[in-house]
Amino acid sequence: MFGISGWGCWLAYLFCILSAILCVIYGIAMWNKGLEEGDEAEVKKWAKGERKIEEQF
Amino acid sequence: MAFKVVLVIIYLFIVAYLGYRGWRGTLTAADYMIAGREAHPYIMAMSYGATFISTSAIIGFGGAASLFGMGILWLTWMNIFLGIFIAFAIFGKRTRKLGHVLDAHTFPELLGRRYQSTFIQGFSGIVIFLFMPIYAAAVLIGMSRFIEVYLHVPYTVALLAFSLFMAIYVIWGGLKGVMYTDAFQGTIMLIMMIILIVYTYLLAGGVIPAHQYLTDMAHLVPEHLAKLGHRGWTNMPRFGSPFWWVLISTIICGVGIGVLAQPQLVVRFMTVRRDWELNRALPIGGVFILAMTGIAFTVGSLTNVIFYKAFGEISITVAEGNIDKVIPLYIGKLMPNWFATLFLLAMLAASMSTLSSQYHVGGTSLGRDVFEKGIGGKWIKHGEGTIFVTRLGIVMSILLCIIFSLIFSPGIIAVATAIFFGLCGATFLPSFLFGLYWKGMTRAGAITSVLGGFIVSMTWMGFFHAKEAHAVGIAQYLFGKSTLASFPWTVIDAQFIALPISFLLAIVVSLCSKKLPDKHIEKCWKYL
Repeated sequence: MFGISGWGCWLAYLFCILSAILCVIYGIAMWNKGLEEGDEAEVKKWAKGERKIEEQF
Repeated sequence: MAFKVVLVIIYLFIVAYLGYRGWRGTLTAADYMIAGREAHPYIMAMSYGATFISTSAIIGFGGAASLFGMGILWLTWMNIFLGIFIAFAIFGKRTRKLGHVLDAHTFPELLGRRYQSTFIQGFSGIVIFLFMPIYAAAVLIGMSRFIEVYLHVPYTVALLAFSLFMAIYVIWGGLKGVMYTDAFQGTIMLIMMIILIVYTYLLAGGVIPAHQYLTDMAHLVPEHLAKLGHRGWTNMPRFGSPFWWVLISTIICGVGIGVLAQPQLVVRFMTVRRDWELNRALPIGGVFILAMTGIAFTVGSLTNVIFYKAFGEISITVAEGNIDKVIPLYIGKLMPNWFATLFLLAMLAASMSTLSSQYHVGGTSLGRDVFEKGIGGKWIKHGEGTIFVTRLGIVMSILLCIIFSLIFSPGIIAVATAIFFGLCGATFLPSFLFGLYWKGMTRAGAITSVLGGFIVSMTWMGFFHAKEAHAVGIAQYLFGKSTLASFPWTVIDAQFIALPISFLLAIVVSLCSKKLPDKHIEKCWKYL
């Protein structure tokens, strides 16, 4: 297939493209999911700590 | 030459400008989060991708593809499926939540706080600090080989000059992980790789004719490679042969599995405020990795066709046995001058984004994980001397990286990368995954797993796996022979042995040891 003789190789070629397509499909399906802000307090605390570490650089 | 210099200067000005804006404004991931905003998913995906993909992947593994052929595309599949899909959709979300709840800022800190163990944090920090330079050296060698071949500069001069350039970049703020800089570098890489594959297929006569030509070249495989199991560039090596074991256990699984426990990548998930950023970054990341390693490995294999058409020789012969030179030679000899110059920028971008994050991790591992929170934590007050030790860690990481780059043998990029990825996988993966999913994982289980994975990996590399055992020489010194094993064990990668043992230790010891306090587990699982 695709001019590639060994099935182990053409399958790899095909799977690479299919897995990238899977990523795109997942992204479209989940586009508006995960918007909850339950852990906002922890996120802000973490970000302030991270900012302090960044200042060391 | 003037054109090349002008383009490089323009590129560096843009990077410096973006870095300056990031320094003055609110452009790091933490700044976005403090402001209660999200970075654009494209920026997040590109930032992750630019850290993930380096000259090691493009030049080192691209060169390896010219030797192993298209079977190496299984690594691209693992990069996309495990390194992006599973990492973002499954582990990334839990890592983000656990990291925030535990207020962990480094990968060792995440493990240390999850298991309430300063030993785990300190030990993990030491492992990362000492071994990350091996991977950084692979990236540095990749860039230096490109400069050597393309600008006709001696390798050592290229290596030292680029290291000096990186040191200046780091001092100038390159470690801050300004997201626009990473995204800009990722975008350059993406554009150049797409042009590279289009041009390569055009040169080789089209997609299927190019593959067919490569298939028809199977009789050109050198005899010594055929004896090792090579069956042509569009066929997997002979099952169970030395070539097959190296491709499967070291190149594909070593890197493909180890990516899940990469310290510099795991921390990226914590720089995300909500899950939807990961959901939207995932498709961009998947396509990006396909365009990076997928293209590099396909082009690497097809260089055999194009070199054969141009010079009547296969890639490994043109590169005089050094696979690290295949991609630079291909770009330098057969691509138009304008493209080669722009590709130089893409490689500069690829190495700068990855090396800066590696030096960052090296510095924080020594400063925060080993000195402040880990081994020295009992005696050191918060912040006292940490900045100095962190900076010392960065300088030592840079120096170790240069030393490794100078002593490593030619054609080492892919193997050096696989060593670090495999070591991370065997040492950290069970503790990391069980830490996210199994409430019953105990501190003793995690310590045993981390120590067991590390010790078995080191022992295997030092005494059994022929390539490293021969280079290290300890088995030769103690027992008078370079490896204590015989085929096939001499070609089976350390991670293949150490990772199952590490998983087993984690499970068995956790089932037999004291559980972590319920209150702590409740805290960890608050948002999981």
